[in-house]
Amino acid sequence: MDKKTPLYEAHIDLNATMVPFAGYLMPVQYPQGILFEHRSVREKAGLFDVSHMGELHLTGKDALRNLNALISNDFTDLALGKIRYGVLVRKDGTAVDDLLVYHIDEDDYWIVVNASNTDKDFEYFTNNLSGGAVIHNESDEWGQVALQGPLSEKILRKLTDKIPEAYYSFIQEVDLSGIPCLISRTGYTGEDGFEIYCASDKVTHLWNTLLKVGEEDGLVPCGLGARDTLRLEAAMPLYGHELNDNTTPFEAGLKIFTKLDKPNFIAQEALSQPVLKRRIGLTVIDRGIAREHCPILFNGEIVGEVSSGTMSPTLGKAIAMGYIKAELFNETEFTIDVRGRLLKAERTKMPFYKK
Amino acid sequence: MKRLYANTHEWVIVEEGKDFVVGISDYAQIALGDIVFVNSPSLGDKVTQGESFGDVESVKAVSDLISPVSGKVVAVNDALLNAPELLNSDPLNTWIMKVSGSVNEAELLDEATYLALDKDH
Repeated sequence: MDKKTPLYEAHIDLNATMVPFAGYLMPVQYPQGILFEHRSVREKAGLFDVSHMGELHLTGKDALRNLNALISNDFTDLALGKIRYGVLVRKDGTAVDDLLVYHIDEDDYWIVVNASNTDKDFEYFTNNLSGGAVIHNESDEWGQVALQGPLSEKILRKLTDKIPEAYYSFIQEVDLSGIPCLISRTGYTGEDGFEIYCASDKVTHLWNTLLKVGEEDGLVPCGLGARDTLRLEAAMPLYGHELNDNTTPFEAGLKIFTKLDKPNFIAQEALSQPVLKRRIGLTVIDRGIAREHCPILFNGEIVGEVSSGTMSPTLGKAIAMGYIKAELFNETEFTIDVRGRLLKAERTKMPFYKK
Repeated sequence: MKRLYANTHEWVIVEEGKDFVVGISDYAQIALGDIVFVNSPSLGDKVTQGESFGDVESVKAVSDLISPVSGKVVAVNDALLNAPELLNSDPLNTWIMKVSGSVNEAELLDEATYLALDKDH
């Protein structure tokens, strides 16, 4: 039985098409469609329900040491009010999840994880924490919306002056229309924007208020369909596609979020080995769209597989990400088998779109 | 002339002495969402009633196109190469292929019956 986010009724009222995703019934699109929602975010602003995301709360005098032991990035110099991305890894270097770490207070961190992995992550932390550190799963207590697009700040300023200025920073206890919120300058679209957290029973009021004050600026509700096309253009990994239980952060190209020179890092040895596969970006040259699991060929031989692909609404071309054998990383011409049709594809620098 | 429907949401115009004209229903285009690519058959291809003759891709997903008739493809709508969204904006006036051949009408539905179908179940 799929769970509903606290915004379920709001989506039904907006005539959304609902689909099961990561154990939740989520809106894939509203009546005006994915292309319209995508363009709105690139040109104006869009509002996403991301209440399904998981929130874990890590506290204790050894909280930082545990973050550095289990997550690829180095959090030692993460200042209060700042956010850092990382990959939660096992001893063999494979990814349990990718996540954001918020430095809330001294010895007090907030970890935002993928909905589908919340229970897995919580269990992994619980089994691997050492010393003075405790983790709680607060996912059901929090609602979250993502306000994304170039007009996001203008819209948010109608409700508050407390705007986090720097990308990957946040402000707590901001009053938005009477609701205490944590406002984070982050997102998953490749645009400027905010992710706003509040108590789950208040998120419907927050959602409706934002849609109302943003309407004159072209703010529209957006579903998972546009979220996927937007993050794909920005070449952001999605767990279950670009990352999974068999993939390391180096293979995924997440080198800048992976620091080996820190003490007690669980995957230090495993990640010091050469990688066997690499993530690449591809543009499909022939007509057609490469989708997940389509084989990637080089000189007629299967050398990898597409992890995500779509028609890019902004570029008007079919784009894809996928994994190939590491030794072919510098090659530029590949072929993708799309249901029996062999389409030419060109290696493309990621991100595909940059604002 | 009459327009008949397959329960897989393609329509065919059947007219005495003329080639069959094939497209997709309004329900199909709504269910698919924004259509971004049509993989049409080629001129001269053989198609079989009840079997795939191509596919149509929306931003969301790929769906097979199932032929409502059997025969040889005598025309394909080239406009869809550069404007696949025509299937969204005007599905009943946007044809995908024309076929010379035969049809088993017993396997198709008339317009009223098709429109009355409860398609979500």
